[in-house]
Amino acid sequence: MKKKFDLNAPYQPKDFKFKGKKKVEEIIARYPKGRQQSAVMPLLDLAQREVGADGLKLNPPVGGWIPRAAMDHIAEVLDMPAMRVYEVASFYSMYNMEPVGKYLLQVCTTTPCWLCRSDDIMKAVKDTTGLSHNYETTKDGYFTLIEVECLGACTNAPMVQINDDFYEDLTYDRMVEILKSLQNDEIPEKGPQNGRLNAMAKGGPTSLEEQAKKAGISAA
Amino acid sequence: MLQDKDRIFTNLYGFESFSLDAAKKRGDWDKTKDLIFKGKEWIIEEMKASGLRGRGGAGFPTGMKWSFMPKENTGKPHYLVINADESEPGTCKDREIMRHDPHKLIEGALIASFAMGAHHAYIYIRGEFYDEASNLYKAILEAREAGLLGKNAAGSGWDFDITLHRGGGAYICGEETALLESLEGKKGQPRNKPPFPAMAGLYSCPTTINNVETIAVVPTILRRGGSWFAGFGGDEKNTGTKLFCISGHVEQPCVVEEEMGITLKELLEKHAGGVRGGWDNLKAVIPGGSSTPMLPKAICDTQIMDFDNLRSAGSGLGTAGVIVMDKSTDVIYAIARLSHFYMHESCGQCTPCREGTGWLWRVMTRMVKGDATIEEIDMLWDVSKEIEGHTICAHGDASAWPIQGLIRHFRPEMEARIIEYRKQAAA
Repeated sequence: MKKKFDLNAPYQPKDFKFKGKKKVEEIIARYPKGRQQSAVMPLLDLAQREVGADGLKLNPPVGGWIPRAAMDHIAEVLDMPAMRVYEVASFYSMYNMEPVGKYLLQVCTTTPCWLCRSDDIMKAVKDTTGLSHNYETTKDGYFTLIEVECLGACTNAPMVQINDDFYEDLTYDRMVEILKSLQNDEIPEKGPQNGRLNAMAKGGPTSLEEQAKKAGISAA
Repeated sequence: MLQDKDRIFTNLYGFESFSLDAAKKRGDWDKTKDLIFKGKEWIIEEMKASGLRGRGGAGFPTGMKWSFMPKENTGKPHYLVINADESEPGTCKDREIMRHDPHKLIEGALIASFAMGAHHAYIYIRGEFYDEASNLYKAILEAREAGLLGKNAAGSGWDFDITLHRGGGAYICGEETALLESLEGKKGQPRNKPPFPAMAGLYSCPTTINNVETIAVVPTILRRGGSWFAGFGGDEKNTGTKLFCISGHVEQPCVVEEEMGITLKELLEKHAGGVRGGWDNLKAVIPGGSSTPMLPKAICDTQIMDFDNLRSAGSGLGTAGVIVMDKSTDVIYAIARLSHFYMHESCGQCTPCREGTGWLWRVMTRMVKGDATIEEIDMLWDVSKEIEGHTICAHGDASAWPIQGLIRHFRPEMEARIIEYRKQAAA
């Protein structure tokens, strides 16, 4: 789904330059000569991360997003029309086209998560943060909410992605705890929140008996 | 049931490290060059003999796909592109390979690339898989350091390297030509075929696109022989082992490697602790990721999980993402939510899909409430048939199939809801 964005909004910074040449050159070198346009996605990601790193020093903090100046800079670096960069940035859901909070809460509500009560998780987020709609950010700059489509961790449903990390096998109560930790800038351990190992059955593995024994895990 | 000695993914749950040392102890990278010395024809013939069908959803025979690559030198480089854009709701198998067993994928990429005359492979991983990309990247660096990638990779005499490319969060980039567009730095909008990627794919060069699981099983198949792999499964067209992802209303959701052709009931009861509340509490199963039509309990009772048996049942194996729904489920909402997914993920290129997916979702939203007429169920069916097959890629089809499955098996429930809504409205 195309995202709406405002290239002339007052929050748009005037300038953007990548912090160093080395990383940018390394990214461009991953692709054949003359095909440098392939680097547009990794460079958008890099820009978003650099903006996010600077944004955390602000008060209230701002998470990673992609200003127009960054897209214009990337267009220059890759020698491609700026419009092509805007097109790519707005097509993919992971590039934030406006400022977001320090912790980007992406709550999955697609059918596999919904079957496992993702509604409870969404309610926990709304109850705790007071947020109610997509891309809304708390006043303290800590949280932005997005309801997202399947993130590919369906056997560990319900789950949310917070910045880069997956929090899986959630309940209402656990989600509230996680948000309260984040409010104090304590990052809870990612992955399954119900004590199980990755995508293994919670009661123990139903296969790979010998490997489990070697790892000191008892079979189901 | 599959025995542990025949399981390919022995570190599926991350019992051990994903590092090169641990992977070697598990048998990866064992005399890889000897496999390559046997030659391209031998590799492709073994793959054909194994009966391996693509694990990304469409189930196209892998050996045959590889043989479509030009044999003569066209003066253009060849590419292998590995589709790691795992985004089909219900599917989370490639994730386990990439974060716990990445060396299987890297070794497979070398062998497959050699067989197709490619010196470079691109792995397109969905952007949200940050840890998975990170592990895979570390594994690529390790392999490069150890001489398993680069000039004379693994002592095979073949120069080969891999580029890892992270996506940006677009389901459509799992469609192979959209993936190529995205890899070229454009919006992920599927291309018209022909030309097929084997003729003009990435950067207009001959390209083969394979799923992660497809490539990751290659080294084991070649070591143990195509006939070993072909020995599993119900018949010669549905062979091998397969990763199943079981989600939804089961006692213990999990990802597990099983034999192709296992019954659905055994799969769920043996590995997922059974349906929540017992088998009789089952209402329906989506057997192969969100695009495959749902099957009601009566069919699930005896359903065999392979490509052709599921196709005969009016559904498909797809990615083997098994989504289980018990009797408490509002199946109309479950499918309406998928309609929202397909609307959200339509790339907007073809009118039937761009407009149709939104229309399907809006009508499905009314169906959830019952705020519709009985005739609209038929209209929903007709419109879904107008979308199916009328778009450049299969996204339109994929948006239509779940609704067709719902109408096929749960029409009485849809009608009852409409009647109930009208009763309430009249009162």
